[in-house]
Amino acid sequence: MKKIYAFESKCLGCGLCEVYCKTAHSKSKDIIKAHKQENITSAIVIEEILQPKAVSYFALQCRHCSSPKCVKACISGAMYKDEKGIVRNDKEKCVSCLSCVLVCPFGAIKKSINGKTVSKCDLCIDYGKSLCIEYCPNEAIKLLNENEAEALK
Amino acid sequence: MGLDFNTPVFEVIRNEKKCIQCQVCVRQCSNKVHSYDSQDNVVCTDDIKCVNCHRCVILCPTKALIIRKYPLEFRENANWTSSVIKEIHKQSQTGGVLLSSMGNPKPFPIYWDRMLLNASQVTNPSIDPLREPMETKVMIGGKPEKLDFDAKGKLMTKMPPQVELRMPIMFSAMSYGSISRNAHEALARAATELGICYNTGEGGLNRDFYKYGKNTIVQVASGRFGVHRDYLNAGAAIEIKIGQGAKPGIGGHLPGKKVGEDVSATRMIPIGSDAISPAPHHDIYSIEDLRQLIYSLKETTNYKKPVFVKIAAVHNAAAIASGIVRAGADAVVVDGFRGGTGAAPTRVRDNVGIPIELALAAIDQRLREEEIRNRVSLIISGSIRNSADIVKAVALGADAVYIGSAAVIALGCHMCHSCSTGKCNWGIATQELELVKRLNPDIMYKRLVNLVSAWNHEIQEMLGGMGINAIDSLRGNRLMLRGIGLNEKELNILAIKYAGE
Repeated sequence: MKKIYAFESKCLGCGLCEVYCKTAHSKSKDIIKAHKQENITSAIVIEEILQPKAVSYFALQCRHCSSPKCVKACISGAMYKDEKGIVRNDKEKCVSCLSCVLVCPFGAIKKSINGKTVSKCDLCIDYGKSLCIEYCPNEAIKLLNENEAEALK
Repeated sequence: MGLDFNTPVFEVIRNEKKCIQCQVCVRQCSNKVHSYDSQDNVVCTDDIKCVNCHRCVILCPTKALIIRKYPLEFRENANWTSSVIKEIHKQSQTGGVLLSSMGNPKPFPIYWDRMLLNASQVTNPSIDPLREPMETKVMIGGKPEKLDFDAKGKLMTKMPPQVELRMPIMFSAMSYGSISRNAHEALARAATELGICYNTGEGGLNRDFYKYGKNTIVQVASGRFGVHRDYLNAGAAIEIKIGQGAKPGIGGHLPGKKVGEDVSATRMIPIGSDAISPAPHHDIYSIEDLRQLIYSLKETTNYKKPVFVKIAAVHNAAAIASGIVRAGADAVVVDGFRGGTGAAPTRVRDNVGIPIELALAAIDQRLREEEIRNRVSLIISGSIRNSADIVKAVALGADAVYIGSAAVIALGCHMCHSCSTGKCNWGIATQELELVKRLNPDIMYKRLVNLVSAWNHEIQEMLGGMGINAIDSLRGNRLMLRGIGLNEKELNILAIKYAGE
């Protein structure tokens, strides 16, 4: 299964992936409306690492584990693994108990800003294409299977 | 020192209706123009720090930013212009020499734009390069007086060493130190894919780049940084740099803060020490001295590599070029006064040297008159902006051209003239790891390949239009040029006819 991989050596920490993640997951799909009128939490998060020489960044998002702890921990059945292997969250069922946030070994699930649900990467499956990849200015984010990603590391 | 008279040069205009406070601009500006005020949830700007590099404008996801000239006017005065006044303010505050980057920006005539090319009509057929063979390959190096063949037609004459270029374009000397490692990698990889050469500049060659040697020209300049036997043998040719178009008569200075571990190892100087290239080579005070250096480099490389000598286009360029040929160089490189630089004293950049078009015409003419033109290739540089400039240069007598500014523009440079600050937002003229990262060689080398391939295609189209099927047939063919808006003297120097003649 192909997942989104972000490469630390290329990531500039500009944050454009976050901007486009919010846009892809908005109702309006309009970048300005998504930010000004809708309260969306980005599923991809840029983390800053302080290294000895220079600040380094990496983008953090769901690894779509083969046996996902978040699915097991979910009390309402909102978190599930679909037929393609993508771990998704059904916002209708989610009660925001945050069990998934607690158990995720990567810290890839975030409590959403409105507090009613959680936010995680779904590979923009409903949007049609992963916008974070499309708009990364340095080709730091790629859609790859595990072997391809290993080869590039 | 009391009041600071400096005022902003540019104004950043933010369209608040479009700004989504994503702060991409805040994170991307190395000059710290943008800042986020979390209390009011607005992004603010500090205009005085802006150099107009367009990094924020290009990355802004909603295109909410515009940068324009700061609208502050001085009282109109054709003599005391705002830039003259501002320069005096700056110097009276700092007491320093004004520094500038890139080439001469003054409105001197651009002769490329005053020459027009010919095309075939009726009496001779034009050629379609997409259907018929069209040769843009050039061989750089000296050519023998005549060729001898044996009975079987095999060449008996021993040819001087040559460098083969698939097209008459090379990437100019830009040292590792003045530009980033990633920029060098992009240039090296592009040159390799294109079958052309890039030039190391005077900063030596990192061992990691020896694999691109066949497409590398290694430079020996007055500072002799990074020069050793392996280095000289690593490239396809060696270039002795005497002068540079942007700052004829002036040396170079790479500030110590740009000399990190890797640059220090490559240049063979201590970490953090200033790399100062003297104005002259202290062992070259005459043509005879130059000959000694040329031949010691040839000895070191077993007479297998052509040796180029690069000079700035100055008043006596033709006579100097003649001396260089007689000193034994295989190619003369002439850099015009519009040639770029990472940093040059502003007064030198703006007032010293002559236009490359005139220098080229004069040198080619002189070498022909002295019957020594065949002994060298003639390479020119100093603001080649497009493929038409190259075609005109070849018609004036050049064998190939170097492109520097155009190459860095392809790498993302927006000509903000701030290379010397070391804060290049595009990752080109900087050694800060966080900024260098912004130039991804995997992406950027392709842009260089695209640019040069496109130019080569255009050169073929223009050659075809003239009914010529090989660039060698155009070299020095000044009948293919006509002048427009030039006076008699200029036409004489360029040795071209006026349009209509």
